[in-house]
Amino acid sequence: MPIYSEKVMEHFMNPRNVGEIENPDGVGEVGNPVCGDMMTFYIRVDNNHLSDVKFKTFGCGAAIAVSSIVSEMAMGKTLEEARRITPALVAEELEGLPKNKYHCSNLGAQALNKAIDDYLKKQGKEVKSKRRRKDEKE
Amino acid sequence: MKKAYLDNAATTPLLPEVLEAMLPYLREAYGNPQSLHEWGDEAREGIEEARSQVAALIGARPEEIIFTGSGSEANNFAIKSLAQAQQSKGKHVVISAIEHFSVLHSAKTLEKWGFEVTTVPVDGYGLADPEAVAGSLREDTILVSVMHANGEVGTIEPIASIAKVAKGTGALFHTDAVASAGTIPVDVAELGVDALSLAANQFYGPKGVGALWLKKGTRIIPFLDGGVQEGGRRAGTEDVPGIVGMGKAAELAQQDMTSRIEQFSALRDRLIEGLSSKIEHTILTGHPTQRLPGNASFCIEFIEGEAMLMLLSSKGVAASSGSACTSRALKASHVLTAMGIPPELAQGSLLFTLGLNNSDEDVDYVLDVLPPIVDRLRQMSPLYAKFIKEQGGGR
Repeated sequence: MPIYSEKVMEHFMNPRNVGEIENPDGVGEVGNPVCGDMMTFYIRVDNNHLSDVKFKTFGCGAAIAVSSIVSEMAMGKTLEEARRITPALVAEELEGLPKNKYHCSNLGAQALNKAIDDYLKKQGKEVKSKRRRKDEKE
Repeated sequence: MKKAYLDNAATTPLLPEVLEAMLPYLREAYGNPQSLHEWGDEAREGIEEARSQVAALIGARPEEIIFTGSGSEANNFAIKSLAQAQQSKGKHVVISAIEHFSVLHSAKTLEKWGFEVTTVPVDGYGLADPEAVAGSLREDTILVSVMHANGEVGTIEPIASIAKVAKGTGALFHTDAVASAGTIPVDVAELGVDALSLAANQFYGPKGVGALWLKKGTRIIPFLDGGVQEGGRRAGTEDVPGIVGMGKAAELAQQDMTSRIEQFSALRDRLIEGLSSKIEHTILTGHPTQRLPGNASFCIEFIEGEAMLMLLSSKGVAASSGSACTSRALKASHVLTAMGIPPELAQGSLLFTLGLNNSDEDVDYVLDVLPPIVDRLRQMSPLYAKFIKEQGGGR
């Protein structure tokens, strides 16, 4: 029995939005190679909407699938909508993740949020740091 | 699609001759070896022949072989039961840092039972230093256990030298030969050890059977209490077909060892040379020459092992990895860690283990499909992007 759902496999085999954005409006990097996974999200913001989302990921199959689905879920959303992409929603969208891979879905949501924080900071706006701090503890 | 199984360290397939030898004991020869009738006699004969075959493989006497349910059981048995039998003499045990979990975790259990355990380090090749073992010995050291060969990186340990040092102080010496017995020559007298573990599924025998060799006269506490099976040291009705299979596999391994070593080494070298020349930023893990014949283990920089395994699997290739992501505990392989390999590099661990089922074609197929897989994952990797930027431009 395969450990991953068909949806995870599909996103792992054909990941969407891989790459970097030149002069991005926001960048969010989470994880580190020592703990296993590392994700970097790049966003372009137009009129409070995510007009482009790209990522680079060092990690396992789940980490790559999570990055791909998060980029897809976030694309075109308003910043507020994108903030509401939770790890649980990511896992649900992927038709489930093995228990020991749940942290990968946290990383995806965190990386996107960090990219949004980065954008807001560059704009001189206040960052809703409450959520971020909570995420970083995980 | 082509399929290539290069994961023989996980388990080897069962040889047809071995299966043939086992079948009568799954069918008509179903007796209990302890029974006093024709059916019992037949089963007992099967077991005793297997005992002789396994003993011959390692240069031992048949009565010194105790069949177990696996290599892990043999290791548990050796570590826990030898320590318990010796505890009036002392409570200190020495193991190496790259032992299999069945030794490492047994040693942890000993600690809970009030024993003290010293773990000796290994060098960058995974070699344990006889001097370091000597330095760890104390007056109350009762047991030293260092593996004969490491299945993950292929390094073969200088057991004869290490055992000599340990024996000098009167401690018992156990070696886990699960990765080596049936693959390379193992002779208990030459190694100078008191106990040795082996497993059938590492040399084309069935899963679920192993053996502990225990030098005649060595005291041990029974591992399973019950009947008189295996000299009363491992109770429970014997797995007759499994044991017979292990015996047949041992006989074939002994008979074909030279040609197998030649065949596996040639495949291994073809893979190591091909991979090292085709994929940049790759390191061979383990010792370059003191190495198991079928073992080709690497760390591929900037990418992670599980992702490689999944893409290889999509091409029909079976391999394995010691990356943190592939382990249930999400920890990098303790073997690679003990060898001083940094965590981010250990994440790129990739292990191919070659065997009887492999040909040059399989190796060439891997050399064909792996480079694009590595490329694809590197293009996705922020670590690789950073590396390229630091290098000042692309390739």
